[in-house]
Amino acid sequence: MNVWIAIALTVAGCYLVKLVGLLVPAGVLERPLVQRLAALLPVALLAALTAQQTFSTGGGLVLDARAAGLAAAAVALVLRAPFLVVVGAAVAVTAGARALGW
Amino acid sequence: MIPDDAPAKPDVAVVRDALGVGVAVGLSGFAFGVTSAGSGLGLLQTCVLSLLVFTGASQFALVGALAAGGNPFTAAAGAFFLGTRNAFYGLRLSQLLALPKAVRPLAAHWVIDETTAVALAQPSRRAARIGFTVTGLTLYVLWNATTLLGALGAEAIGDTAAWGLDAAGPAVFLALLAPMLTSATERATAGLAVLLGLGLLPVLPAGVPVLAAALAAPAVLWAQGRRAASTTGPTAGSTPRREKDSR
Repeated sequence: MNVWIAIALTVAGCYLVKLVGLLVPAGVLERPLVQRLAALLPVALLAALTAQQTFSTGGGLVLDARAAGLAAAAVALVLRAPFLVVVGAAVAVTAGARALGW
Repeated sequence: MIPDDAPAKPDVAVVRDALGVGVAVGLSGFAFGVTSAGSGLGLLQTCVLSLLVFTGASQFALVGALAAGGNPFTAAAGAFFLGTRNAFYGLRLSQLLALPKAVRPLAAHWVIDETTAVALAQPSRRAARIGFTVTGLTLYVLWNATTLLGALGAEAIGDTAAWGLDAAGPAVFLALLAPMLTSATERATAGLAVLLGLGLLPVLPAGVPVLAAALAAPAVLWAQGRRAASTTGPTAGSTPRREKDSR
């Protein structure tokens, strides 16, 4: 039930913010500070999510095979690999590291 | 015929660009399906997310937060804040595409990173409309089909972690984040957010640390504003001024 509540809230929230952008008159969201904050907010969230989903299990910090996978993804990004290759590299290296018993 | 005042770009070229982006990203719905199923969500729940949320980062964030034991409200809040950037995409698209009022509620569902990127890269309104529509349609169809396949596949695979599939989520986040790190401001924000996100993890309830980490954005802007104020005099600090943003 809790999962459905979360899904319903996310569906409604994410749709409404998409719609707002198309409907509000230009100018309302055009203030420089609002624009700057809107550009930086995803940076902060994505950075925190990347770190948390790589270095934590439940509420504790851990260093495991996912770190190797993320490093592989970072290398792929530096080499300008396509999106799917980046994700594939992370998955393959994580699986490999686990198979080696890390 | 190509008008004199617009750079030449045949419709076929626009469609090709749009298909390239739509197919590549659409296929990564597989990673979402697997991750969502591996996080304990049911097949229907996973598919409803891709059908009705249809903004990848928010979907990954939601299932990740639920898997970590977050309550539904903090989990949805994280997904929501990640989705707010779409409002700003919509703002730029509404001027560019000039859509009729009746079409906007439908088009809104496709206002995401990839459709915006393709539409903004086009030289004319016609090309932007084609780019937006083809990218949106390709991505929507593939993202949902691969989500279903991923969720079914995960159930067949069993232990998704043994296949390294729990690394797909963070790799997607990193791939979305990397092109945003264009200046010292973005890098400082990302660094501070990582410190907050990891540092607060052991002490705050699940789902809350990522929201706290979002405060890195206003914190860095505030610090920047103060620095601008102290270097350029008392009147210049209220709105941090910068050269035109690259994004």
